[in-house]
Amino acid sequence: MQKLDIKMNINGADVEVNVDSRTLLIHILREELNITGPHIGCDTTHCGACTVDLDGKSVKACTIFAGQANGTTIKTIEGMANADGTLHALQAAFKDNHGLQCGFCTPGMIVRAYRLLKENPNPTETEIRYGISGNLCRCTGYQNIVKSIQVAATELSQQEAAE
Amino acid sequence: MIPGSFEYHRPPTISDAVGLLVSFGDDALILAGGHSLIPMMKLRMAVPEYLIDLQDISSLKSISVEGDQITLGAMVTQAELIASSALSEKCPILQTTSLQIADPQIRNVGTIGGNVANGDPGNDMPAVMQLLDATYTLVGPNGERDVKARDFYETAYFTERADDEILTAIKFTAPAAGHGSAYEKQKRKIGDYATAAAGVVLTMADGICTSASIGLTNVADTPLWAEASAAALVGTSVDEPAIKAAMDAAKAIADPAQDSRGPREFRIHVTGIMVQRAIQQAVKNAQ
Ligand SMILES: Cc1cc2nc3c(=O)[nH]c(=O)nc-3n(C[C@H](O)[C@H](O)[C@H](O)COP(=O)(O)OP(=O)(O)OC[C@H]3O[C@@H](n4cnc5c(N)ncnc54)[C@H](O)[C@@H]3O)c2cc1C
Ligand code: FES
Ligand code: FES
Repeated sequence: MQKLDIKMNINGADVEVNVDSRTLLIHILREELNITGPHIGCDTTHCGACTVDLDGKSVKACTIFAGQANGTTIKTIEGMANADGTLHALQAAFKDNHGLQCGFCTPGMIVRAYRLLKENPNPTETEIRYGISGNLCRCTGYQNIVKSIQVAATELSQQEAAE
Repeated sequence: MIPGSFEYHRPPTISDAVGLLVSFGDDALILAGGHSLIPMMKLRMAVPEYLIDLQDISSLKSISVEGDQITLGAMVTQAELIASSALSEKCPILQTTSLQIADPQIRNVGTIGGNVANGDPGNDMPAVMQLLDATYTLVGPNGERDVKARDFYETAYFTERADDEILTAIKFTAPAAGHGSAYEKQKRKIGDYATAAAGVVLTMADGICTSASIGLTNVADTPLWAEASAAALVGTSVDEPAIKAAMDAAKAIADPAQDSRGPREFRIHVTGIMVQRAIQQAVKNAQ
């Protein structure tokens, strides 16, 4: 069985692991590195619970091989809070607006919403719903997730204007 | 679900990749985005011993629009197709179709080359490439050859491509300026393959259709270029009888199996409806 040395930068830290070539990125994160925010919901590329930000793009970590991830820069929910330890605007908005119930989908949902707001800082409701269409939630009915993302978008653009 | 074991390779050039394919024979598979292949490997429907990842070959990543000649590198992602303003100006059906494939995360990774080379009748791009009369460039140990998208698909998962060939590029002539296009896809939810889908490109002059081309997705073992369906529109004002004739001609060649999307008769019925809607939308989009 072929072993690969995989180097990545995850949430600002350089990491190196030695894994079987068939290892999926989600298993490197969860089992090798103890980064358990990204979840395995479906394992079939449908639910988005495993979503991470890879080289500035939202991707599903259950469908990326170790070798494909070599040399990339990754952000997960663990790297989302601000440098001073306060919650990122998206995290705060999900908390304040009941953007979660069981919380299983939340790490993927917030990491996806993070990239969506980078690409489109003022999305319409339709754009938000389409933008998170690769992330399923069994609990909330999406209403409060959409609301949380809208609140965070406003907050982030105010922060930007203040800077 | 952990896929079976394999040896991973990431060659820097096309000729290195072809060299690996030749030396490993049919135990090797190409890895593009992996968003069709990895799910198949998890299910053991594909069990390659070697994977050859094309991601380091930068020459496969370009979109070129020169006049009306369009060339897409095999490793261009669906998200990159959507983002290209040059493409959406010359040939918006690529964008319209890409937006109906899977979801944002999958489109960030899935490539146009993987989509057309895969041979899954559910893939949306092959029918569009057939209706655009695109040509695929294949590179193997004996050099390069071109195959028409209309001649490429043999049956589900079997194509004209030999095991030691790489599909490097897709080339086509953009439809005439002022053309109208549409891709209409019936699916049960985001991330689903089509119950039936139809793509249409047509041109109108003084209210008369002067040319038309129609492709159908997921209603047979291969994509279908619906020649007779398009011919039923040419020379007409695309009125109700002409659209009805085009729908009937498309339904006549649709040959879907019953699956979880519905019985055969239903899927043939939906084929007609998708053709109707795509024609109506394309006429609206034409100048
Ligand atoms: C949940 C889900 C929903 C989806 N829904 C849709 C949908 O609605 N419509 C749709 O069209 N697709 C859909 N897809 C498939 C997706 O678009 C794939 O990304 C795409 O079909 C294949 O592209 P890839 O780059 O991921 O190819 P890969 O998975 O890497 O490769 C697919 C096959 O093609 C071969 N191959 C790849 N590139 C080349 C090349 N350059 N030369 C020769 N052979 C090559 C590989 O060896 C493999 O056999 C979906 C996928 C998922 C996971
Ligand atoms: S676990 Fe990756 S998409 Fe569901
Ligand atoms: S909060 Fe439970 S799945 Fe979304």
